[in-house]
Amino acid sequence: MIRSGGESKITLLGRRMFIISAAKAVIVCGIVTRLISLQITEGKKYKTLSDKNRFREWKFSPPRGLIKDYFGKEIASNRQVYQLHIVPENSENLELLFFRLKTILNLSENKIQSLRKKIKSQKPWDPVIISDNLNWSDFSKINLFLHELQGVEPVVSIARLYTEPSSAHVVGYVSKVSKKDLQNKEYLQKKIATGTRVGKTGLENILDPKVIGDVGYKRYEVNAYGKRIKEISIDPGKAGENFRTTLDLDVQKLASSLLANKSGSVCVMDIYKGDIISMVSSPLFDSNKFVHGISQKDWNSLMSHRDKPLINKAVSGLYPPGSTIKLLSAISALENDVFNPKTVIQCKGHIELYGEKYHCWKKKGHGYLDMREGMKQSCDVYFYEVARKLGIDRLAETAKKFGLGQAVLENLIEEKRGVVPDTSWKKKYIGKNWYLGETLHAGIGQGYWQTSPLQLCLMMSQIANGGYKIKPRIILKKEEDRTFDNLKQFIQDKKIFSEDVVSLYDFISKFKYKSLFRNPENIKFVQDALFGATNEPRGTSYSSRLKNDKFVFAGKTGTSQVKRFTEKQRELEVKNEDLPYEDRDHALFVAFAPYIEPRYSISVLVEHGGSGSKSAAPIAKQVIKKVLEKHNQRELISEKGESV
Amino acid sequence: MFRPGSIQSHLSFRDKILSLDLVLFFSVLILGIISFFAMYSTDAGKFDYHTKSHIIRFIVFFTLFIIISFLKINYWYNSSTYFYLLILILLVLVKFFGLSSSGSQRWLNLYFINLQPSELMKIALILFLSKYYHRISSSDVNRLKYLLSPLVALIFPIILVITQPDLGTAFLIAAGGVIVIWLAGVKMKFFAYLSVVFLSLAPVAISFLKPYQKSRILTFLDPSRDPLGAGYQITQSKIAIGSGGFFGKGFLNGSQSYLDYLPEKHTDFIFTLFSEEFGFFGSILILALYVIITWRIVQIGNLTRDAFAKLYCFSFATAFFIYVVVNMCMVLGLIPIVGAPLPILSYGGSSMLAIMIGLGIVMSCKIHKDEPIG
Repeated sequence: MIRSGGESKITLLGRRMFIISAAKAVIVCGIVTRLISLQITEGKKYKTLSDKNRFREWKFSPPRGLIKDYFGKEIASNRQVYQLHIVPENSENLELLFFRLKTILNLSENKIQSLRKKIKSQKPWDPVIISDNLNWSDFSKINLFLHELQGVEPVVSIARLYTEPSSAHVVGYVSKVSKKDLQNKEYLQKKIATGTRVGKTGLENILDPKVIGDVGYKRYEVNAYGKRIKEISIDPGKAGENFRTTLDLDVQKLASSLLANKSGSVCVMDIYKGDIISMVSSPLFDSNKFVHGISQKDWNSLMSHRDKPLINKAVSGLYPPGSTIKLLSAISALENDVFNPKTVIQCKGHIELYGEKYHCWKKKGHGYLDMREGMKQSCDVYFYEVARKLGIDRLAETAKKFGLGQAVLENLIEEKRGVVPDTSWKKKYIGKNWYLGETLHAGIGQGYWQTSPLQLCLMMSQIANGGYKIKPRIILKKEEDRTFDNLKQFIQDKKIFSEDVVSLYDFISKFKYKSLFRNPENIKFVQDALFGATNEPRGTSYSSRLKNDKFVFAGKTGTSQVKRFTEKQRELEVKNEDLPYEDRDHALFVAFAPYIEPRYSISVLVEHGGSGSKSAAPIAKQVIKKVLEKHNQRELISEKGESV
Repeated sequence: MFRPGSIQSHLSFRDKILSLDLVLFFSVLILGIISFFAMYSTDAGKFDYHTKSHIIRFIVFFTLFIIISFLKINYWYNSSTYFYLLILILLVLVKFFGLSSSGSQRWLNLYFINLQPSELMKIALILFLSKYYHRISSSDVNRLKYLLSPLVALIFPIILVITQPDLGTAFLIAAGGVIVIWLAGVKMKFFAYLSVVFLSLAPVAISFLKPYQKSRILTFLDPSRDPLGAGYQITQSKIAIGSGGFFGKGFLNGSQSYLDYLPEKHTDFIFTLFSEEFGFFGSILILALYVIITWRIVQIGNLTRDAFAKLYCFSFATAFFIYVVVNMCMVLGLIPIVGAPLPILSYGGSSMLAIMIGLGIVMSCKIHKDEPIG
């Protein structure tokens, strides 16, 4: 028997085994401690982590809030749409499915190709939208064949519907979320789900954060690969807030029908509240096409259209103000005490300055006239003289005071600010000194001026209301509900104080209004001259006047030159209508109504429409009538409280 | 090769059955039964492939465990060198004919089983070294000449396994071998020298590590480094165990495993699954069973009289303990994920075969404790 090494070996073995056993005990204690810490001390924490693993939420968009007009009629609403989704992992043979769908729905090969790509790019349990807007017959056909279309899910969903095409520009449209939207709109991070539509332009864009609503959640138990095992709960989310606007759909419809087949815009504003009653741009476009993604063909036809239908000309169209600037030229000259309105000037059809000829629109001249007549007949020669004495910088200062060169509305992304030219502006942007000749052109609203129809409408409002600064608005807000409670009182009191400048200032300061004048007589003078322009013979818009006492209005025409007449054309007496369409002048008209106790102002623009008196003023006439007819109805609502 | 009749012993069959160690026997049996339920749960409450084949394997290998128990200990003593060489040859064959799976070549296709020789090497090395130290006198143990062959016997299979690559099993094989050498009485200073050599070689070794192995180690040091990649396993395992609480989520209710958050839930992470479903209570039960088995093997070692049997039992007990501890520490996030199965509980034929052979030899030591070896 070999007992190799004898006892000593065994003893050593036992001793070392003892050391190991001690070490084992320590390790076991360590493991137990760890188990206690994980399962008992921190058990709760891991329990939550495990639930977080276990449940996953799928977001979906709630219905967008409605946008209504002042009288509660819906401009942007919602409707049921029928959609078709595919869950790729539920389908046994995708190609066969595509083939079947192709025959049922007439899908193009391109569309199928892009669907294949999409399916490849995402997880097999994430649904792919085949169509987000099926018509009823296709939808019922699909339901009929459903048993042989494995993986297809018909879904009833809700999508934006624009009921009123006349308001397409002001309301704007929604469309699929782009990368840019995600960058620029922070609120989207919380509010976005698959298929969410986001406001791109107009009110849809401004109101987007509120109108989009809070996303709903479907809670599912999922496995580690994200596959849904079963539904746990549903949170419907919160539908978007509804909004009421200051717009009047009836006026919108009328204005857009008057602009049919023309390119232009109509703006109507409450001269005290700044409520925009109408803002129409022509030609119209169908905003519903954007909701489900506009087709390339439709898009191309919109983009190649001569009159650029997608542009809201009321705020993004910039035009020289033409003779409508004469209102400000006069006010500026009078306020700065550089011109006496009684000054009589002879108009011979043109004047000469440093060898350069400056023409009046009337070739044979107006003869002798004072400032009121000059305004009434829109004599250019008279206002060359006014501008020469006034100087461009003072005119520009007044123009800015009355709202030109600035955005009228807050947050409207498509709005452009335009240009109010003065000496420093020219130095900065063109890099040249200002010439006196340019002052003369500026005085009649030609040259560097760039104004939007809405700016001109605001200008008109602030003259018509007696010279008070107002803040235009479209969206009615609850917190502003009581802002105009004392409006009636204000209009009454204004009449009493109008003679007394000092107490008038005092009175105004009690209101939120800020006065834009030094002497109220100057504003009144312009109002009176405009009355003449519309309601007295030889006035530029005499032919478009309304005779009914209730509807009498006062306005100023304007013609905004697209191309300057050459000497040759002048000699040949080329008429505007004979020019190619693109070279014809834009027609402008601004007015306020009624003349006595005015309440509304309007601006009309007809692109390449020729003269303001011929094409713009007649439109204004009809719109004004409609607005005044609806005045009482409007006041009734205003008394009841404006917010939703 | 060996003397006829050496397999037979003078003990009768009845004696052998009576001298079975019942504590060890039943501990292993209970663990096996628990493993059926665990496996049933990994199959999401269905009597599926994993459950079926695990049960069959357990029954077959548990029978093998009993059969081995009845073989004379002398038989294992005599054949340990051949056994070691046989496994070594198989390891070399793996290099040429082995089956690959997820980037490592570990298995031999033997038609009835995909054998993983590295698992068997765990036992073979312990057997071989135990016999070696049984044969040399204690005065020779610390002589350089006698240190050489154990070192070669240790390093050769380790290199083969590391290059498969299978870091986890290589480590476990090494642990078993080193334990025998240490228990045999080799002086501490040699271990010190050896560790100095290894530490100085560590930078070289790191440069040989595969990227995924490096990332596992880095992830262990900071699991949040890459929560969806390599850190994912540790994080999810900790969540599963932690969320089990005191009494667990209940049988078949482990959401982490049911929803596939647990990686390798049949094999390396079986403890996590059990712990999630049965909580702290269940974890301690499993841990206790393993401690009992280890303690029992040491007890058996104490009963035996020969250096071989003692060395073998003590070393195997320790190695077995290390397998358990490495796996548990791994799933508890205490050490890096190395890929080490939990004995008996984990799904895997070779691992179970190795453990059952190992346990069988221990049992044989008990039954034949009075028979001299050599």
